[in-house]
Amino acid sequence: MQVRNPLVMDCGIFTASYEDDMAILFHPAARLKVLFILIVLAAFPLVANPYYVGLANLVGIAVIGALGLNILTGFTGQISIGQGAFMAVGAYTTGILMAKLGLSFWLALPAAGIVAAMVGAVFGIPSLRLKGLYLAIATLAAQVIIEFIIIHWVGLTNGPAGIVLPAPVLFGYSLESDTAFYYLILALCLAAVVFALNLFRTRPGRALMAVRDRDLAAAVAGINLFRYKLTAFALASFYAGISGALWGAYMRVISPEHFTIAVSILYLAMIIIGGLGSVMGSIYGACFMTLLPIILREAADGISPFFPQIGNTILALQEAVFGLIIIIFLIFEPEGLAKLWKNVKDYFKLWPFSY
Amino acid sequence: MDFFLQLVVSGLVVGSVYALVALGFVLIYKSSDVINFAQGEFLLVGAYVSLALVAGYKVPFLPAVLLTLLGCVLLGVVVERLVLRPFIGEPVISMIMATIGLSSLMRGVIQVIWGTDTRTFPPIFPVEPVHLGGVVVSQVYLWSLGLALGLLALFTLFFKYSSTGIVMRAAADDQTAALSMGISVKRVFAITWAIAAVVAAIGGILLGNINGVNPTLASIGLKVLPVAILGGLDSVSGAIVGGFAIGLIESLAGGYLDPIVGGGVKDVTPFVVLVIVLMLRPYGLFGKEIIERV
Repeated sequence: MQVRNPLVMDCGIFTASYEDDMAILFHPAARLKVLFILIVLAAFPLVANPYYVGLANLVGIAVIGALGLNILTGFTGQISIGQGAFMAVGAYTTGILMAKLGLSFWLALPAAGIVAAMVGAVFGIPSLRLKGLYLAIATLAAQVIIEFIIIHWVGLTNGPAGIVLPAPVLFGYSLESDTAFYYLILALCLAAVVFALNLFRTRPGRALMAVRDRDLAAAVAGINLFRYKLTAFALASFYAGISGALWGAYMRVISPEHFTIAVSILYLAMIIIGGLGSVMGSIYGACFMTLLPIILREAADGISPFFPQIGNTILALQEAVFGLIIIIFLIFEPEGLAKLWKNVKDYFKLWPFSY
Repeated sequence: MDFFLQLVVSGLVVGSVYALVALGFVLIYKSSDVINFAQGEFLLVGAYVSLALVAGYKVPFLPAVLLTLLGCVLLGVVVERLVLRPFIGEPVISMIMATIGLSSLMRGVIQVIWGTDTRTFPPIFPVEPVHLGGVVVSQVYLWSLGLALGLLALFTLFFKYSSTGIVMRAAADDQTAALSMGISVKRVFAITWAIAAVVAAIGGILLGNINGVNPTLASIGLKVLPVAILGGLDSVSGAIVGGFAIGLIESLAGGYLDPIVGGGVKDVTPFVVLVIVLMLRPYGLFGKEIIERV
């Protein structure tokens, strides 16, 4: 089938099998589009300035963390203000295994995910009795307690001094450069996105959404609430653990101040601005919130000749803008960037017959 | 023994401030089912504005405090109108995130205006400490304890006997029923937020006098959450009991455990208590238990 007019997307498509019907890339144009995006992503570090490759790495790490939180909060409806702490668990697992025990990164990475998943499941236990606000506060307690343990268990974590990690090695080739790390992050990001996209087409994924929409009704329909809530916590923490492990291996140094409550709130902001309960939204949100401070800083540098005082207040201004953006999105577009983008696409799809 | 008494006294004093700030949480939760994650920033605003008036504009202390409280009433009403009202009837997470966003916005604006250095109040309370049977207490502590207790009593009476207080309780109990009785729930919300801002500001002024003012003071907003939960999120007396209890536990744990684990116990104890409370009695000591049936 050929797409004759790129603005008229869904006309003239018909399917002859159930598999075709259920395909994620339903439309041939969508397949082309994804192929194009993949090629751009793969070629990006070859043409871009290393600084931008570094930024892309940070975005990729954030995408994995945000996806995890979105599975828990957006799809399962369990609010968590502890994603930063679960990332810390992943990062510290990697750090301890690599720097203290000398294990390879390829063993430490899955270990980080699994340890974080276990810790996350433990802190998810209150979710059976608590919901909404109370659960949010319980996860906040998890954040504070995990931070405390990291700072004070000096024998294991080096306390505030932090841990320095060696670079991951692949077939004797050290992944030190931004470009090499870029491909590692890209691969894991793609795996995380594909897994999440498919999860919500399966029975367990549907069960998670049922828990979000009305947990009592879900229980009546035979869904084991406790099991699925814990699964969601474990899964979200697994993503967080992988994201934290990548962060540690990329930055090569971890310390408690990288995983404060501000980080947890940043991730919540990512999924809210991107779109709760949307896989693509997690990606948009992670890009937006990671790049926003950098754009703000560049803007401040741009106008600093005119306002020489701005350098001192830029951090505070960033914080204010961050808060303002959250509030504005919540009031005017609660479904986030994913919905905004969909609105744009819908407009062109229907144009010029918008009614 | 003296060490123990010293810890108890300082625990009670800090606890009285906690109780005040927790009262702000409880008020807002009772009337609108929202937890205000920006409570700490309201506290900061109160502390900074009064400090600016006293130190910057040389206003005498009492008028400065009154002006500050007036400003906080305005701030509470404006915040309710602009930020919170659009979320009436929205899911919990929107409300939580809105107040988290608000806290970030306020903290940013405060830092743009006042910077991040610690500022101290000019000495308002007499500086020489009082000896109470072997325990040395600085006078500012006694003043804050007395003020906090007085205000708590005042609010208890306000809710029990004043018509505004009764209207607020009615709206909290059942918004629909209150509306049908001709109560303006929106007005109640505005009053609630104004009172919560005022209460937080008083806490901020007291704490500012004790420790000096800098943006990290806002972290007390999160620290007081366990207080509100322990007492029960919708119970005024719970906030008071919870405040003193957490203040005491924290002070004792800090005093005796800090040398063993190397500091910081004070910051984490309230949250450990919180987890235990949530596991055993999610609705707190005095909170209303919500029962769900299928």
